[in-house]
Amino acid sequence: MSQKSFVWLCLLPLAVVTTAFFLLPMARLVVAGAEGPHGLAGYLAILTEGRYRATLFNTVLLAAATTVVTLIVATIAGMFLQRHRFPGRTVLIAMLTFPLAFPGVVVGFMIILLAGRQGLIGDLSNRIFGEKFVFAYSIYGLFLGYLYFSIPRVILTIMAAVQKLDVGLEEAARSLGASPWAVQRDVVLPALAPAFVASGAIAFATAMGAFGTAFTLATNIDVLPMLIYTEFTLAANFATSAALSVGLGLITWLILALARTFSGSAVAAAG
Amino acid sequence: MSTAGHGAAVRIEACGKTFADGTRALDPATLDIARGETLVLLGPSGCGKTTMLRIIAGLELPDAGGKVLFDGKDMTSVPIERRNVGMVFQSYALFPNMTVADNIAYGLKIRGVARDEQAARVAELVALTNIIGLENRRIDQLSGGQRQRVALARAVAIRPGILLLDEPLTALDAALRDRLRSELNRLLRALGITTIYVTHDQAEAMELGDRIVVMRKGAIAQIGAPREVYFAPKDRFVAEFIGAANIVEAPIENGMLILPGGRLPIEGAATTANVTVMIRPETIRVTNAGTEALSGVVDSISFIGDRQRIVVSGASSKPLNVDAPNTIQAKVGDRVGLSIAADALRLLPSEP
Ligand SMILES: Nc1ncnc2c1ncn2[C@@H]1O[C@H](COP(=O)(O)OP(=O)(O)OP(=O)(O)O)[C@@H](O)[C@H]1O
Ligand SMILES: [Mg+2]
Repeated sequence: MSQKSFVWLCLLPLAVVTTAFFLLPMARLVVAGAEGPHGLAGYLAILTEGRYRATLFNTVLLAAATTVVTLIVATIAGMFLQRHRFPGRTVLIAMLTFPLAFPGVVVGFMIILLAGRQGLIGDLSNRIFGEKFVFAYSIYGLFLGYLYFSIPRVILTIMAAVQKLDVGLEEAARSLGASPWAVQRDVVLPALAPAFVASGAIAFATAMGAFGTAFTLATNIDVLPMLIYTEFTLAANFATSAALSVGLGLITWLILALARTFSGSAVAAAG
Repeated sequence: MSTAGHGAAVRIEACGKTFADGTRALDPATLDIARGETLVLLGPSGCGKTTMLRIIAGLELPDAGGKVLFDGKDMTSVPIERRNVGMVFQSYALFPNMTVADNIAYGLKIRGVARDEQAARVAELVALTNIIGLENRRIDQLSGGQRQRVALARAVAIRPGILLLDEPLTALDAALRDRLRSELNRLLRALGITTIYVTHDQAEAMELGDRIVVMRKGAIAQIGAPREVYFAPKDRFVAEFIGAANIVEAPIENGMLILPGGRLPIEGAATTANVTVMIRPETIRVTNAGTEALSGVVDSISFIGDRQRIVVSGASSKPLNVDAPNTIQAKVGDRVGLSIAADALRLLPSEP
């Protein structure tokens, strides 16, 4: 048996699994999306129909905000945690990364405990201002939940990237007169760019498609996964939910591809 | 050229360094470096050279009581970004996200120098360091030698008062190292910046240094001009670390060193029970047996090209290394005479 056919043989199981559990359902989904009363035009509904478009817009905005804020928080925290040694550091890292294993439902539950009707924030604000702040069941609660969800993932990537930073580069920049801010801007951030792109993409895609948290918080939050769920289970609108699913996948992929090309030059330059 | 003569005088006063984990990297040392001088810190790995350099740079704080002064001004608590020092790191530490020209101009950009002035300065330095044509390359498109030049150009672009180099040639292969060494020497003389150069290579130290500081285990073993540390080492460590040395232990009687293979006149000592003497291999002349007071038997000969290293046993308690001209005809087993001038015998303090 030649080397080549051996490789093909090894790839065969993967090909079978991919086809059976990945490509076939996907194809079926694409076909189902076009089987509605409007045919292929059903796909355009996500853009043309006002309610769907607003939901899409909401979802992208929420995911983008989650990504940006997660990156900011995780970068500062990750840099600090990687560069400083202090008592309790390992405990803190463990606590920060603890939510990694939590499903969206648990995260939603925690948001309710924090900002729900009986939540901690409501209690406190009630005592201080005489008014209960409750935002768990809105898009803000969802935003908080997504942050909680993505920060641990991103922080680990950033910490690994910070560990690989060449301290000599920072010292060289300082010797040339660069202030701490200039060092961050010219040396540290460019070197971390690949980690930002990689972990940012995961945070964004997760926030686009996450469902458990939204479902736990309220069924009427306007995000695409919730919309798909209602169309599918409540309205039994198979074609629309299939079209929306394909749309969700495509749009996420498109935005990530754009972000990658956009930051591509920066990443390439950072080596 | 315009870069010349802006060096600062440096004084290190009682600077020691103990790291947080308790490692004593540097004993309190005091050192004066004249304006425009090239001082080499030389010593084996781990002796504290980099630590001393980093204290001068401002990357490391000396232990309490230590002081760093530039031109008489106390800089101890001034951070590196305001010390105006140029640094060349062993790994070069060039910015991978910038071109060669941007690397060189970085310090100028930070200082807010006008763009056309930056460009002019880059052009000047690119010419000076022989890297014309590479301005728009990325760093990963450069060879090791080219990176070294860019690192140097970047460091001197800001017209530093002090240039600090930490083993800048160690990462290069031997032939390139030799070439860059003489190039660097010319450049440092032309620039006239006060330079502190860290190396563990004694040939580099000899060629580049106006003075050499030989360090050992966090302490200064000797400070002196290259000839001084070579010909008049203070102790056995310096003698053996710089160049090759025969260390001979023998008694002196009436101004003569008593060796198993004969006796040699020696300066500056009367009768002593036991002394330690250094003899450089190239100061020993091989002659015919019987003509000299000292003789021995050839143990081995290794031909090095420009000379040969002959090991002679029986002359002293330990075999003597001799650097002889490559024209001398000797065979293993020959009895040879050895002639050593009295002033080539260097008395060293005996080690405890
Ligand atoms: N940050 C640090 N923490 C603890 N110990 C350190 C630190 N930096 C250096 N040392 C120790 O201090 C001593 C001197 O180190 P230094 O880097 O100055 O040596 P060096 O002479 O430059 O050696 P080399 O030629 O190998 O570069 C060494 O024993 C080293 O292990
Ligand atoms: Mg070192």
